[in-house]
Amino acid sequence: MPLERINDFVVRFANVNGSGSASANTLFGKSILRMGVPVATRNVFPSNIQGLPTWYEVRVSEAGYLGSRGGVDLMVAMNPQTWDKDIASIEPGGYLFYDSTRAIPHDRFRDDITVLGLPLTEFCAREYANPRSRQLFKNIIYVGALAALLDIELAAVEKLIGEQFKGKDKLIEPNIQALHMGAKLAHEHFACPIGLRVRRADKIGDRIVIEGNSAAALGAVFGGATVCAWYPITPSTSVAEAFQRWSKRFRVDPVTGKNRYAIVQAEDELASIGMVVGAGWNGARAFTSTSGPGISLMQEFLGLAYFAEIPAVIMNVQRGGPSTGLPTRTQQADLLSCAYASHGDTRHVLLLPEDPHECFVFGAQSFDLADRLQTPVFVMLDLDIGMNERLCNPLPWDDTRRLDRGKVMTAEELEAGKDFGRYLDVDGDGIAYRTYPGTHPTRGSYFTRGTTKDSRARYSEEGKDYIENMDRLMRKWDTAKTLVPAPILRPAKTPTDLGVIYYGSTGPSMDEAADLLEARGIHVDRLRVRAFPFPAEVMDFIHAHERVFVVEQNRDGQLRMLLINEGEINPAKLIKTVHYDGSAITARFIVDSIARAVAAPGRHLAA
Amino acid sequence: MTYIAKPKLHHPQLATNTLGYTRRDYEGTVSTLCAGCGHDSISAAIIQACFDLDLPPHRIAKLSGIGCSSKTPTYFLGASHGFNTVHGRMPSVLTGANLANRDLIYLGVSGDGDSASIGLGQFAHAIRRGVNMVYVVANNGVYGLTKGQFSATADRDSASKTGAINKDSAIDMVSLALQLGATYVARSFSGDKEQLVPLLRGALSHEGAAFIDCLSPCVAFNNHAGSTKGFDFIREHNAAVNQLDVMEPRAPITASYPPGALETIEQHDGSVLRLRKLEQDYDAGDRLSAMTYLQERAAQGEIVTGLLYLDQKARDLHENLGTIATPLNSLGDAELCPGREALERLNASLR
Repeated sequence: MPLERINDFVVRFANVNGSGSASANTLFGKSILRMGVPVATRNVFPSNIQGLPTWYEVRVSEAGYLGSRGGVDLMVAMNPQTWDKDIASIEPGGYLFYDSTRAIPHDRFRDDITVLGLPLTEFCAREYANPRSRQLFKNIIYVGALAALLDIELAAVEKLIGEQFKGKDKLIEPNIQALHMGAKLAHEHFACPIGLRVRRADKIGDRIVIEGNSAAALGAVFGGATVCAWYPITPSTSVAEAFQRWSKRFRVDPVTGKNRYAIVQAEDELASIGMVVGAGWNGARAFTSTSGPGISLMQEFLGLAYFAEIPAVIMNVQRGGPSTGLPTRTQQADLLSCAYASHGDTRHVLLLPEDPHECFVFGAQSFDLADRLQTPVFVMLDLDIGMNERLCNPLPWDDTRRLDRGKVMTAEELEAGKDFGRYLDVDGDGIAYRTYPGTHPTRGSYFTRGTTKDSRARYSEEGKDYIENMDRLMRKWDTAKTLVPAPILRPAKTPTDLGVIYYGSTGPSMDEAADLLEARGIHVDRLRVRAFPFPAEVMDFIHAHERVFVVEQNRDGQLRMLLINEGEINPAKLIKTVHYDGSAITARFIVDSIARAVAAPGRHLAA
Repeated sequence: MTYIAKPKLHHPQLATNTLGYTRRDYEGTVSTLCAGCGHDSISAAIIQACFDLDLPPHRIAKLSGIGCSSKTPTYFLGASHGFNTVHGRMPSVLTGANLANRDLIYLGVSGDGDSASIGLGQFAHAIRRGVNMVYVVANNGVYGLTKGQFSATADRDSASKTGAINKDSAIDMVSLALQLGATYVARSFSGDKEQLVPLLRGALSHEGAAFIDCLSPCVAFNNHAGSTKGFDFIREHNAAVNQLDVMEPRAPITASYPPGALETIEQHDGSVLRLRKLEQDYDAGDRLSAMTYLQERAAQGEIVTGLLYLDQKARDLHENLGTIATPLNSLGDAELCPGREALERLNASLR
């Protein structure tokens, strides 16, 4: 039986990288959004500029599930290289849309799916003389055909085309024409619509669509960042590029035309973090964007920044490691390398955003935290939220909010005789006052170094001074627990002794999984952890449950390791639930993992 | 106790500069380097140059990497903020600091291990970006703190204290700096205060990437027969092309020189460099001929010193980036945060 679904299905486009399909696919996804139906889109792309396979997944979900679901209901197979794999991924009863210009042997199809072939290439060859036009308009033509097949309003697509080519008006008409040709072609060949349909709804509200990298960069602008030093690396490159774009828009002095920001593309990640440390030391808000290999290169500087207590923000857009690993796929695999980065005893603040909205919020907040705590702060994005446009709540800002520059002693305070000791814990919170270089002619200068020093920043190799300093840094760590974003608890509808801890981009899939589990009679309380160090509520949650699943996207269960280590938790109590093939975690995967574990006999835990 | 503060007492008649500071106000704590170390002479020259130029000590930021040379910023300019960073990575930290506040004077002190080996990349990139700074390499050809291994500036076939012969080619920091676009390039010798102090003054008043390669013998590990970085060897092979003096704007020239022997060059900040030529053919304004000259003389075993190159039209990183005149670290909320209304408009455009 062909699938019959309204506003709840998955379309997957299989394309060739560099064929111009991305903008057509984006158009398709956005037109559904414009019909008031939530959509989650995901780009699956290779480490390549042209020629290798790429996929674009559009999940249509009136219920608002934005995680990857798994499985495909309609495959738009435009890439012969991946044909067999693409056909195999279609759900029973699903649909296949393909270019039937070249005959494909019968045995390479399936009997349990509906096959929709249109001779797109042949059609375009007839309609367009120029080879590049044939390629580009083919993409729009299939969007038109899909619109007819899925009952998408052509007016919504037309409007988007108008917006997309604003300023290049002569491109609008030919694109709209191609769109209609595609729709007409579909109507001529098939009974439209098919069993999968989009029906106008009102489920978007005031939500927006933005990529996490862009939102994090915008957060940096709102958070007062003025110095950005970076080195190109997928999937973080678009953070720096977005910061450039937003800064050009918001940070050019209207009178002089000069920039209130400085962006340097460094020679490597060592230099990028070095520049960030230098700027942070000198009182500017500075950040770098990078990914796993960059974090590895920054290790020495991160230790210096921790020990010398210099604010720095590192936006880490995680991908699959180790080494070059899965450079264009998603993972949450840098938690450990960031949490304890560098040699010696170190620990760093991590913020774990769930979606672009939180990328913005944490992106701005990270600078306040870095200045307040005088330490590196990591914003831990991943490719899934960083490089995909995601439906999320609008970006919030409170105009009464002021940049928190932390404890900085001013020239006036120094002049008035206020006692200054760079590493003197005057308030008992582990955070000492600092001065910016050049503040006062005779007071408040100090020497910054990675070597041990006393509380007045004087060089020292005394064990006593070293311990005093290291212990104060732990007091500061305790202070950090009270300042970082608190976890979010979502209790089950029925009291339960099962808990789930998750974080970051796993959020949407976990929310969906919880609903699915509940439908199966498995109730779980959920806690979304949003930062390291863990605020007290995190350990309270673990202690309040008999078993806690820790759901994450890496092989070793890195958050679970942090929880065990920091909370001295019995490892048997925390059940590793990990997804690490480089694709975004799905609700199906989570449900299967948890249901299996719950059903497993003989599971017993000591109290 | 691992640092030694200097006693505050000083002679009541100690000379003051126009800011009312004495030379002592430019000093730091007592040096912990070996007695006779060339690096201490560089520290003394820095103190003298800053005093002479009437620079407020707190408006200088001194940065270094790791090594003997990088320890020296503790020994001068005690009223300045200092930063002893990571081995070989001072240039990036200095670059970041400079981006944050373009109004301070940045003095980077490094060594040949720090800048020619582990930090060669960062040295190159800071120079090519035109960071407004004075970059001094105290060059002794060895790793002192780890007791005498060759560094990358050690000359081929020179001998270590233990008798080992260096078979690798030497890196010439001056040639590199010239090629990479430094706009003020000098070489000097820590044992020649008369030459070094004016070169530092010129560099401090230069608005661009100023580099000084300062040969600075290591008395503990590289001052023996067979070394090409010892006091005797440098004195014997030193070939100064000119002698620099720095003047205030419009100051009269008092000394008399034979015609053609004196060149005056005005810098961006209005300071005038007065260059007394020792080699008539040497043109410090010509990068290409400077590079050729250096190669020719090096092939003859000479160590060319003096102001080797000066670009009067130097451009710095801030100029290239188009940053505003106000230091970025002093911008407030209103200048940095676009505010809620702008964000609402943005949200609307993302629907």
